[in-house]
Amino acid sequence: MASPDQQYDVIVIGAGHAGCESALAAARMGCSTLLLTLNLDAVAFMPCNPSIGGPAKGHVVREIDALGGEMAKNIDQTYIQIRMLNTGKGPAVQALRAQADKVLYQQRMKETLEKEDRLTLRQAMVERLIVEDGVCQGVVTKTGSKYFAKTVILTTGTYLRGKIILGDIEYESGPNNQQPSVTLSENLEELGFELVRFKTGTPPRVHGDSVDYDQTEIQPGDDVPRAFSYETTEFKEDQLPCWLTYTTEKTHQIIEANLHRSPMYSGMIKGRGPRYCPSIEDKIVRFHDKPKHQIFLEPEGRMTSEVYVQGLSTSLPEDVQQAMLHSIPGLKKARMMRAGYAIEYDAIVPTQLWPSLETKKIKNLFTAGQINGTSGYEEAAGQGIMAGINAARKVQQKEPIILDRSQAYIGVLIDDLVTKGTQEPYRLLTSRAEYRLLLRNDNADLRLTEIGYEIGLISEERYQRFQKKKSLIEAEIERLKKTKASPDEKTQAILQEIGSKTLSNAVPLDALLRRPEVNYEHIARISPPSESLPRDVREQVEIQIKYAGYIQKQLQQVEKLKSMESKRLSPDLNYENIRGLSKEAIEKLSHVRPLNVAQASRISGVSPADISILLVYLEQMNADKSEPLSS
Amino acid sequence: MSEAATNVDTIAAISTPMGEGGIAIIRVSGPESIAIVDRLFKGKKKLSAVDSHTLHYGHLVDPETGKTIEEVMVSVMKAPRTYTREDVVEVNCHGGLLSVKRVLQYIVRYGARVAEPGEFTKRAFLNGRLDLSQAEAVIDLIRAKTDKAMNVALEQVGGRLSKQIKELREELIEVLAHIEVTIDYPEHDVEAVTHEFLNKKCTHVSAKIEKLLQTAEQGKILREGLQTAIIGRPNVGKSSLLNALVQENKAIVTDIPGTTRDVIEEYVNVRGVPLRLIDTAGIRETEDLVEKIGVDRSKKALREADLILFVLNMAEPFAKEDRILLELTEDIDTIIVANKSDLKARLDLGEVKRLKPSAPMVKMSLKNEEGIDQLEEAIADLYFQGELEAQDMTYVSNTRHISLLQQAKQALEDALNGIESGVPVDIVQIDIHKAWQSLGEIIGDEVSESLIDQLFSQFCLGK
Repeated sequence: MASPDQQYDVIVIGAGHAGCESALAAARMGCSTLLLTLNLDAVAFMPCNPSIGGPAKGHVVREIDALGGEMAKNIDQTYIQIRMLNTGKGPAVQALRAQADKVLYQQRMKETLEKEDRLTLRQAMVERLIVEDGVCQGVVTKTGSKYFAKTVILTTGTYLRGKIILGDIEYESGPNNQQPSVTLSENLEELGFELVRFKTGTPPRVHGDSVDYDQTEIQPGDDVPRAFSYETTEFKEDQLPCWLTYTTEKTHQIIEANLHRSPMYSGMIKGRGPRYCPSIEDKIVRFHDKPKHQIFLEPEGRMTSEVYVQGLSTSLPEDVQQAMLHSIPGLKKARMMRAGYAIEYDAIVPTQLWPSLETKKIKNLFTAGQINGTSGYEEAAGQGIMAGINAARKVQQKEPIILDRSQAYIGVLIDDLVTKGTQEPYRLLTSRAEYRLLLRNDNADLRLTEIGYEIGLISEERYQRFQKKKSLIEAEIERLKKTKASPDEKTQAILQEIGSKTLSNAVPLDALLRRPEVNYEHIARISPPSESLPRDVREQVEIQIKYAGYIQKQLQQVEKLKSMESKRLSPDLNYENIRGLSKEAIEKLSHVRPLNVAQASRISGVSPADISILLVYLEQMNADKSEPLSS
Repeated sequence: MSEAATNVDTIAAISTPMGEGGIAIIRVSGPESIAIVDRLFKGKKKLSAVDSHTLHYGHLVDPETGKTIEEVMVSVMKAPRTYTREDVVEVNCHGGLLSVKRVLQYIVRYGARVAEPGEFTKRAFLNGRLDLSQAEAVIDLIRAKTDKAMNVALEQVGGRLSKQIKELREELIEVLAHIEVTIDYPEHDVEAVTHEFLNKKCTHVSAKIEKLLQTAEQGKILREGLQTAIIGRPNVGKSSLLNALVQENKAIVTDIPGTTRDVIEEYVNVRGVPLRLIDTAGIRETEDLVEKIGVDRSKKALREADLILFVLNMAEPFAKEDRILLELTEDIDTIIVANKSDLKARLDLGEVKRLKPSAPMVKMSLKNEEGIDQLEEAIADLYFQGELEAQDMTYVSNTRHISLLQQAKQALEDALNGIESGVPVDIVQIDIHKAWQSLGEIIGDEVSESLIDQLFSQFCLGK
């Protein structure tokens, strides 16, 4: 009989960015939760770049916040710089990115975990899962302890059979020389999971005092106060800059002269690396004509002088790394503090998962983060919160929450993984989202707060605030539609001032706002609202009116998607028995086992004709079901 | 996915077998069917105002130019008592190939989508119109028709059209990748995408699409295939030869389902060689030209041919007209067809051979149905030995292709309007992407991953 100390609702293995969100979500939803980590000093560790956010990734951070997760709040409290990117472009692609104080980020997250009721944080290495009759019951640690739970979430990152490769040296290791996890990987294979070998890498770090910043360009943060979380009200003013420099011809010569020493080209590295995150040697080889490459120097924190050399990811030997650094303006005398390296690790082929992130093979077992073949802290955290939510809901015997592609980047991410799989570490890009204009950085709360509230991760107080914001937006849009601007002296003067055509008749305010040169502030001057509105409300009103035509177009596409999503497919469906399906379609459908026709249509190898046949089949089933009533 | 399973859109297709003369019916089904045809129809009453299940005489008129397109009878049938249980309009018009195609094109231009193979039947089924016992038949229908249509479509787009579409898509995807890279890697040192740049690109691609559409609208050359002219003096048997070739190969040709049924008659597939035979009207015209107007214009007609079937009468000696015509063939690939081999031979084949030594010669009797096989073999030999090559195979004829090209062009125009009014680049991108997708549907290309592939092959990105 297990003691209370050994019995939980949810066990999470790994306290990286996915594991932290999983554990917090589960505990906050009322589940007794155990979070096991190899190293308590590496909670929420950032082994690579010291930043969070950016296009698509920043959107995910906001989505996590709207669902009641922690990443946004954690970075808001610990950033050393924050910027809005793409400000010159449309609202859909503007994205926040922050530079993190790595140590502070970890400390604050650890503290949050420690403070959480129902959450137990413990250092232990899990060696295998306890599985009976295809159901996961718990875990066994290296020291022989057993822990039991109703659901288990694996968030093991790049630790599974991790191997660091640097020049001609290679050794078993997790990121940054952490302990790797070997037996768990073997256990997963024994359980029948198909694993794949991926590779990623990181650049060297240098001592900040040895950098000649005069040779570089300064990259400051924004002056405007910004934050990821909708709950953050205090903004950090004191920010640290980053710096930009470039590789030189000499850098490229050094790399070319030493290519034979690169494990990438000697064949030592077998894992598949991501195209979006190539090593510098890769860039030189593949883009031979490009005379120079950008290098960003990013401080790793306030209490350290370590500087991350973004753009110089490499697995060349240490002496070559040093020489490369010295060939770059500003780094001539740079002292390397840590060398860059490549890391190989095992990941699960993600088509083995349901969209809830539960595995198809083993019931009550969920996986999230890099183990699912993604890369990036944000992608990990986005899956983490969903796995946490769905593991908790499974404990509570509730239906899983599955975000669709029109609701969230998290939905796009998970759907891509479980429907299409991935051939390389998967990174989110805004171009992966077909409804980009709907999935904006500015409206993550409007998209997801409702769900966060329903599942119990958003407080009543925050929900009420959200409702108020929503009604203010709706009321103001309504007012602009109903109120007309008349061609009076004041209006004409304002229009003239901004170089807009003056009015000959009265025109509704919303029509006026659609003029490219007119913004909400102009409208508010022409016809002020009864009470002045908060910034985020004004912003929403402007975006929703200005881009109404385009938003409408995307909404129409979403309608089609929804109707296909409403046509559900049973996970146990035997596709062999459906007459007329092509052989390839049967094979793919049987493997992925889509939950609805929309998902089925996204599987490569399933043709429109196959979809038609599925629809006819579904119709037949429905008719069969209703028939017994009449007979 | 090209085929929306939701019946929210309106579909149209020619629903009678194609043939010269007689009446053809174009069936339109879906919520907008009445409104769409109403935009074109000019009769005693607006179609929106008439009773269900009634027939109306009038004309289809181009709403922009006011020009009459066709004299028609239109029947209006409102849901649910229709084949598909949706609002259905059937336009009865003259059965000529060109006029039927033109009517369908107008209906598509004003809001309908060209139906997928078997789609009317599928809708009928999904809307509960057909009973369950028919379900399996429906599946077979979809499968068979789709596979066949796909094969046919692939054949159609195998040539230069698909090459051109691919080139246009290539241009667009470069633009798209450029936009995407500036969005997903805002700090990366790639050139910013300016409105001027986008304007130039969109205008360029749009103009090229317009050119493709023009080949469709000229209605002159309707399908890819070797343009094949049958020439010869009057009464040597040209029409009989045309009919024989068409009949022989009819099973392959006219059995093309639904939407692609439109461009059939003059297109035959002879032992795997696509031929576009100049239709009877064309041949009569050629005849006229040779006889009445003279040699110059018939030269022009022949210049466009990829292959000439030169028909001679074996029962008559080689005449002066024969010689003039034979000289016109110049260096165009020619097969000599010596017809009426059933009659007493008075033609000196040796002389013909001397005049045109390169041309294969086939004796045949069309009357006795002899020699067709040999002719087909000769055509196939020429083609597969690489002797024959099409001069210009880029003709858009498939109505579905036309409508997709129109959608692509519309999307680019939307993009240009957006650029004009200063809409941000990432929003203009939506329309450019749409154009790229529409073009992709023509050649059946998968969409999503290739953009990302492009992104990473075109730009050097990473941390």
